[in-house]
Amino acid sequence: MARKQNEKIVSLEEFQEKIDRDEKIEPKDSMPEAYRKTLIRQIGQHAHSEVVGMLPEGNWITRAPTLRRKLSLLAKVQDEAGHGLYLYCAAETLGKSRMEMNQELLSGKAKYSSIFNYPTPTWADIGAIGWLVDGAAIMNQIPLCRCSYGPYARAMIRICKEESFHQRQGYEIMLTLARGTKAQKEMAQRALNRWWWPSVMMFGPSDADSPNTENSVKWKIKRYTNDELRQKFVDAIVPQAEKIGLTVPDKDLKWDKKRNNGQGGYAYGEINWDEFWRVVRGDGPMNNERISAKQKAWNEGSWVRAAAHAHALKKQTALQAAE
Amino acid sequence: MVSEEKESILWEVFIQPKNGLSHRHCGSIHAPDREMAILSARNVYSRRGEGQSIWVVKSIDIVSSDPDEKEETFSSDDKIYRHPTFYDVPDDVGHM
Repeated sequence: MARKQNEKIVSLEEFQEKIDRDEKIEPKDSMPEAYRKTLIRQIGQHAHSEVVGMLPEGNWITRAPTLRRKLSLLAKVQDEAGHGLYLYCAAETLGKSRMEMNQELLSGKAKYSSIFNYPTPTWADIGAIGWLVDGAAIMNQIPLCRCSYGPYARAMIRICKEESFHQRQGYEIMLTLARGTKAQKEMAQRALNRWWWPSVMMFGPSDADSPNTENSVKWKIKRYTNDELRQKFVDAIVPQAEKIGLTVPDKDLKWDKKRNNGQGGYAYGEINWDEFWRVVRGDGPMNNERISAKQKAWNEGSWVRAAAHAHALKKQTALQAAE
Repeated sequence: MVSEEKESILWEVFIQPKNGLSHRHCGSIHAPDREMAILSARNVYSRRGEGQSIWVVKSIDIVSSDPDEKEETFSSDDKIYRHPTFYDVPDDVGHM
């Protein structure tokens, strides 16, 4: 719902007490400006990621190997569009207009998840995306269902309900290829090799280099730090890879019984942060293609929006004349 | 290109899961008119048979109370006689 500017200023202490009592914050409640800004940035980036995330997969809709796969992929991509819209709607409740967010995406000012700046050269990449990228997204999104900001938490609940089909369809693709011919298994392994590190990087910079984390945790926007989520992801995925006979491309990967407070977890190798920052700053393999595709879609859709607007006006005029 | 276009109308979406339950707010969408609002609401909020009826209402037409005046608007702590436990009834009367 559109936000009405609230004049009353809440003190930081009062606000923190409310958060500590696990009360949700709703659009018209008073909130510190920094809380509002953090959420607008985070929800906006999240929405853009869903929308740009349609592109690498859309690349394979016309070439899906069977009708069953094509139906699943179409439904998945349509879900991503829906998820983007739930999130834009949540961001709008904080007072930022849809048009403004759209403009920031098209101009390249707004960020979205770097993972979508990698290409999808084979069908196996679609499997790897569903399994790893959606898997990482679910890790990130489940704790967000308990986020302190009501509209964001509610959008995340809807999204998480729909997301698990995405990961399962991806894993099923990988499983099928891994049990197929030698060439198919190799294709699956190469896709895992391409997507593993970018997926591990999806959780963002390590905690020591993540300036936004402290406030976000304090305000219960985030419930876990980047490194905590990354560890959960690695621990979940490694056995899934073993199960289908694929190898996670990390020679330093080994069981470490000290991890997770002594419960054990996987130690993993050094992340290439130079690559991470390079792609964030716009120099990834597909950054330009992604933004160009969005600009093209927006420009080519211009006449549709104009026609819908004209039609609405015409009907409104006819209705008024009849009254 | 973008800035020349006007922001389209914002609609709040309410879905009724089935007869017997009330329509429930589930989010919002942008659309130029009510027919497209219903269509978009269905595409965005009901891809898995979540409902059997959709309402859309222009956000601008919703009037709401101010959360900072919650006390004045909703306080009933001083009217405990509105709750059943205010009244003493012998235990052996049974459930009432």
